[in-house]
Amino acid sequence: MEYFLELFFGGLTRGSIYALIALGYTMVYGIIQLINFAHGEIYMIGAFVALIVAGVCTIYGLSGVSILILAGIIAVIYACAYGYTLEKVAYRPLRGAPRLSPLISAIGMSIFLQNYVLLAQTSDFLPFPRLIPDFLFMEPVAHIIGSPELVILITTFITMILLTLLIKKTKVGKAMRATQQDMNMARLVGVNVDRIISLTFVIGSALAAIGGVLVASYIGQVNFYIGFLAGVKAFTAAVLGGIGSIPGAVLGGLILGWAESFAAGYISSDYEDVFTFGLLVLILILRPAGLLGKSHKQKV
Amino acid sequence: MIQNLKQSLIVSVWFVFLTFPLMVVRVNTMDQVVIWRWMNMVWVAIGSFILSYLWRYMLARQQVRKKVADEGVEIRSRTQLLLEDMSFRYKAMGIILLAALVFPLVFDTYQSTIMISALIYVVLGLGLNISVGLAGLLDLGYVAFFGVGAYSYALLNHHFDLGFWITLPIGGILGCLFGIVLGFPILRLRGDYLAIVTLGFGMIFKVVMENWDGLSFGPSGIANIDKPSFFGMDLSLANSTIYIYYIMIALVIFTILVTNRLKNSRIGRAWIAMREDEIACVAMGIDIARTKLSAYALGAFWAGMVGVLFASKTTFINPASFTFMESAIILSIVVLGGMGSILGVIIGAFFLILLPEYMRAFSEYRMLAFGAAMVLMMIFRPQGIISNLRQTYEYKGSKDKINNG
Repeated sequence: MEYFLELFFGGLTRGSIYALIALGYTMVYGIIQLINFAHGEIYMIGAFVALIVAGVCTIYGLSGVSILILAGIIAVIYACAYGYTLEKVAYRPLRGAPRLSPLISAIGMSIFLQNYVLLAQTSDFLPFPRLIPDFLFMEPVAHIIGSPELVILITTFITMILLTLLIKKTKVGKAMRATQQDMNMARLVGVNVDRIISLTFVIGSALAAIGGVLVASYIGQVNFYIGFLAGVKAFTAAVLGGIGSIPGAVLGGLILGWAESFAAGYISSDYEDVFTFGLLVLILILRPAGLLGKSHKQKV
Repeated sequence: MIQNLKQSLIVSVWFVFLTFPLMVVRVNTMDQVVIWRWMNMVWVAIGSFILSYLWRYMLARQQVRKKVADEGVEIRSRTQLLLEDMSFRYKAMGIILLAALVFPLVFDTYQSTIMISALIYVVLGLGLNISVGLAGLLDLGYVAFFGVGAYSYALLNHHFDLGFWITLPIGGILGCLFGIVLGFPILRLRGDYLAIVTLGFGMIFKVVMENWDGLSFGPSGIANIDKPSFFGMDLSLANSTIYIYYIMIALVIFTILVTNRLKNSRIGRAWIAMREDEIACVAMGIDIARTKLSAYALGAFWAGMVGVLFASKTTFINPASFTFMESAIILSIVVLGGMGSILGVIIGAFFLILLPEYMRAFSEYRMLAFGAAMVLMMIFRPQGIISNLRQTYEYKGSKDKINNG
């Protein structure tokens, strides 16, 4: 039973990170029907910036939680800046082009950003300092769920509530929903569509960076390649839940996290990635619209 | 003028800000020191300033060209006109063929080896061109078919001592079968879903090959694969390289002939129709399932075949040769060369494989440049280096009839 609970919480933690990244995919896809392949790279850049800030802070004598918060904030700012620039450089000139063009541009951007970090920094795995302290009150249950996991769960939970409020309650959120439903109509009623698209990228990037910082301090190492796999898996999560749907992304992330955790725990950890992609293929065959997605009838 | 200057300055400052933590700061956690690389900052500032000018200039040019195209005037560039000239074509082909044939006799083994790998990528590019360029099915796991071919030769050779020539078609057919098997579940998927699922297939292939020790000998790979035999004779290393080179030339010619014929065949036109508009294509009575599967299968066929050759050339394979990066390189060959254009893909392959090979200093930046080139190509020249010539049909009767309708 304890083993089961351990896997359960491990999967929950993992899944909530996937959900954070998947939200970025799903929001962007909902608005411009583009798989932002470089989204995983934004996540990686977020983690890297946090690592650098944390490193500099440690050397100049700050400590503990203050580093975590500072690194987190700067990482989010930089991820937003990268997301904004990415959209402006690689996707905006291609609006209205055939569908394949932005997709290839996205893949190119992903390769570019990976190698940019590789060349600017290093190809080695860098150790990420353990910034999340061990809470005393967690001690009795530490073998099932550790303090870092708790922090990750709470942070993602708060982030998601904030996101939901932003989309459901604010004027900007309304504009985003309008753009998602019909871009041209939204433009007609006075929504600045370009700005909304930029904003979507910025919000998605911020979520990815939060995920990046949390994961990096949880796992303890960072490398230029971590974004690729995380991105693909998060995309799988987004598809699983129905791409374009925000609760779907969360649900998909959690299901994927549990599936991986249990498969690795009870079957074999070597084939973890095979389970992920197997699940993706299965979902796409059985329910191409995803669990919570609406299937669109294409009209001619 | 001032406007432009201001804009470029803003871009420059923005990129300095953007690249600051990654390009300038470097933390050495071992010795607890921070290395500040201020020179990088200067380079970024100057570079982005100049590039922003170029970027605006190119965008403006793109706008003009788009306007001209919208007016319905089709302009054929000088290269395109030259390519349509049949007598020039035959002469050029003759010269290239001759050059290709004497190449290993003039240059040493090292050059031939490089040439062989470039030719391997030519065939891979032409194969992927069938599914991506002609049929419009973005395949990000293409390297898996290449791996299937390579592993089928390595394993058949290891366990059953099968020779190169028997395995060559077997590898192709196995690649083909894999294409069909993987093609079935994804028949219903559209462009972007397809891309991610094929990416998944590519990763599954690698993970399985790494972990299924009983089949593939895991990450340590398979060594001592036989080189192709020449009527049962044992060749020296130099001679066998030349021999493989000629096999490769023959394979490339074979590929070009077949893909060229395929492109203008009934099924080739069905692929192009499907790429342009799937719904209209169904309405015209084309069987989408069959068309998609055949595009996958025929694309995979070449990868499987050339995989066999790859295994016999290197005599050693392991899963590390079949990563996503390989798929990305092959894809960028197709994209940069010009999707759908055979000549473009060939030029693209030579360009992308030989350039880093001969410019060693540049090779570190290879993938960076590939990525950037893919983005820039899509924005400024989506048709690639050599754009694909559409088959045009002219109405031979008198014009009056049409007008009187």
